Amino acid sequence: MRKVRIFTAIAATSVLMLSGCGTADDSSTTTTPASGGALTPIKLQLQWFFQAQFAGYIAAVDQGFYKEQGLDVQLLEGGTDIVPQTVLATGKADYAVAWVPKALASREQGAGITDVGQIFGRSGTYQVAWKDSGITSAAQLKGKKVGNWGFGNEFELFAGMTKAGIDPGKDVTLVQQQFDMQALLKKEIDAAQAMSYNEYAQLLEAKNPATGKLYTADDFSVIDWKKEGSAMLQDAVWANESKLSDPAYQQQTVKFLTATIKGWAFCRDNAEKCRDMVVAKGSKLGKSHQLWQMNEVNKLIWPATGGIGVVSDADWKQTVDISMTTKNQTGDTVLKKAPEGLAYTNDYINQAITAAKAAGVDVNGASFAPTTVTLTEGGA
Amino acid sequence: MRRVLYVLLGVAIFAALWEGYKLVGSPDGTVLFGVRFLPRADDLSMPHLWTVLQRLGRPELTGGQPVWIVILHACAFTFGITAAGFVAGALVGLVLAVLMQQFRIVERGLLPYVILSQTVPLVALAPLISGWGGTIMPPWATVSVIAAYLAFFPVAVGMLRGLQSPTASGVELMRSYAAGWWRTLVKLRFPASLPYLFPALRLAGAAAVVGAVVGEISTGTRGGIGRLIIEYSREATSDPAKVYTAMLGAALLGLFVAGAVSLLEVPLMRHRRHVEVVTL
Repeated sequence: MRKVRIFTAIAATSVLMLSGCGTADDSSTTTTPASGGALTPIKLQLQWFFQAQFAGYIAAVDQGFYKEQGLDVQLLEGGTDIVPQTVLATGKADYAVAWVPKALASREQGAGITDVGQIFGRSGTYQVAWKDSGITSAAQLKGKKVGNWGFGNEFELFAGMTKAGIDPGKDVTLVQQQFDMQALLKKEIDAAQAMSYNEYAQLLEAKNPATGKLYTADDFSVIDWKKEGSAMLQDAVWANESKLSDPAYQQQTVKFLTATIKGWAFCRDNAEKCRDMVVAKGSKLGKSHQLWQMNEVNKLIWPATGGIGVVSDADWKQTVDISMTTKNQTGDTVLKKAPEGLAYTNDYINQAITAAKAAGVDVNGASFAPTTVTLTEGGA
Repeated sequence: MRRVLYVLLGVAIFAALWEGYKLVGSPDGTVLFGVRFLPRADDLSMPHLWTVLQRLGRPELTGGQPVWIVILHACAFTFGITAAGFVAGALVGLVLAVLMQQFRIVERGLLPYVILSQTVPLVALAPLISGWGGTIMPPWATVSVIAAYLAFFPVAVGMLRGLQSPTASGVELMRSYAAGWWRTLVKLRFPASLPYLFPALRLAGAAAVVGAVVGEISTGTRGGIGRLIIEYSREATSDPAKVYTAMLGAALLGLFVAGAVSLLEVPLMRHRRHVEVVTL
């Protein structure tokens, strides 16, 4: 009798444990092709919290562009430990937004994902220094304390320095940088990594204790990796590589991209409306900060000569080359070998562009002119 | 009354230390052999306490609610997550402890895994669990799972010790009464384990708060104080006092949970002598 009880207890615990483990691998696919009037539920994993960096997707939801295409899109916010490309590869999302080098690194480790829309055609990474430090190019970083974010966000900086003839391992002091700009403001480091649409704005929202006024762009000098020739591709829409062989998923991808294009075109023409949508989504960043971000993000997309989202072969090659050759301070490269399989394709974005054009959307934004955004203290 | 005074004294000492350090500390911090061992005392790193308090009263964003209301809302939300995680974790811990006490083989087989479970970093766990949100449970509940995951451990271990604490003579007495397993558990082992249970529950309470706050940060679950900390810390460059308001909220939440857990003791421990025990 007692033996039986022991046995049942063990059996019960192991079943409990097994079922606990089992749920983790259980990746229920939510994609069912739309039939009739029913909307297809779609999950899009973003890299971070709602902010203007993702305004195009937010606008496409808000303005009903996805609905027009028969899609019911749910935007999933990121977190510090959420890796979008992993979420996508494990089937917990249908599409994901991710930087190209990081997504390629995950790809090399087995994530089956494909870049189907290179929404940001340009990189927004800066290295910012104090103007009076005289640092205006990568070569002048020699002998300086250089802040970098690490975690795969640092390779444009390292490629830029290598290109300028600096050995990042010897010629500069590398400092792991937090995600705020205090280290630069306190002059702990000479140059800090910053995104044009976020951290750089934070600098201009901080008060200069000496004057009691906000810092201005004249206080800083900016090394723009686009000009130094070491820029890498950033925000792209990634799809599940193996599902792309399914015609239903292919169709759905074209529809998703068509609505996404509309969303971004809307935000190009209605920056302030999109800012309000992002704020309404509960962003804790202030209004002027979000408008700045919207404007800067628009600059990274528009004008898109080849059409928004089309991967340019040259830019792709530069990103992959840097990923394979540039070493960071620990001697690692992003990629060990060239990406295999279908790392990117323009098939779906081109179909989406045709569809968007037919609907009267300007997919090139040739006449796009950025505005000037005035930041207020704290971005409020 | 006296306790309130002590609490106030503690706050006053903290305030004096903070402001005192700001007064005498170097604005650039003290660096010895290339390592900063005293923090910077400038306003960007350590805003004056009154700046932080003032910040609590000002709106979060232009035209928005004052920060203290936002923080209270966030604390209430995280408290809900913590409570759910705490209850679930404590129940799981209790069940495991009873099972381990009853079946030697379960104790031998399971205890190492219970201990191992706490060495799995949250960084690895959080993305896994957050994937359940929206499919099998609401997103907030995934954070509760993380809180429960941290909270069950002290209860399981402490309660096991407590259930095993009755002396052999006590157990033999129950046996001589022909008391069965259940009766021995209810009449002898549970009462004997109470002094072990409460310290374990306090640890579990603290662990649940940590789990909830960290879980919110790593999964990006919105609404709670953990998410506020990370959102405000992005503004550390331009609005340093704001970061501290969120931290203040998290500290208050921790104190509140600790208080709530110790209230649990009152009805159960009233008739007992206080017994000093060492858990873990």
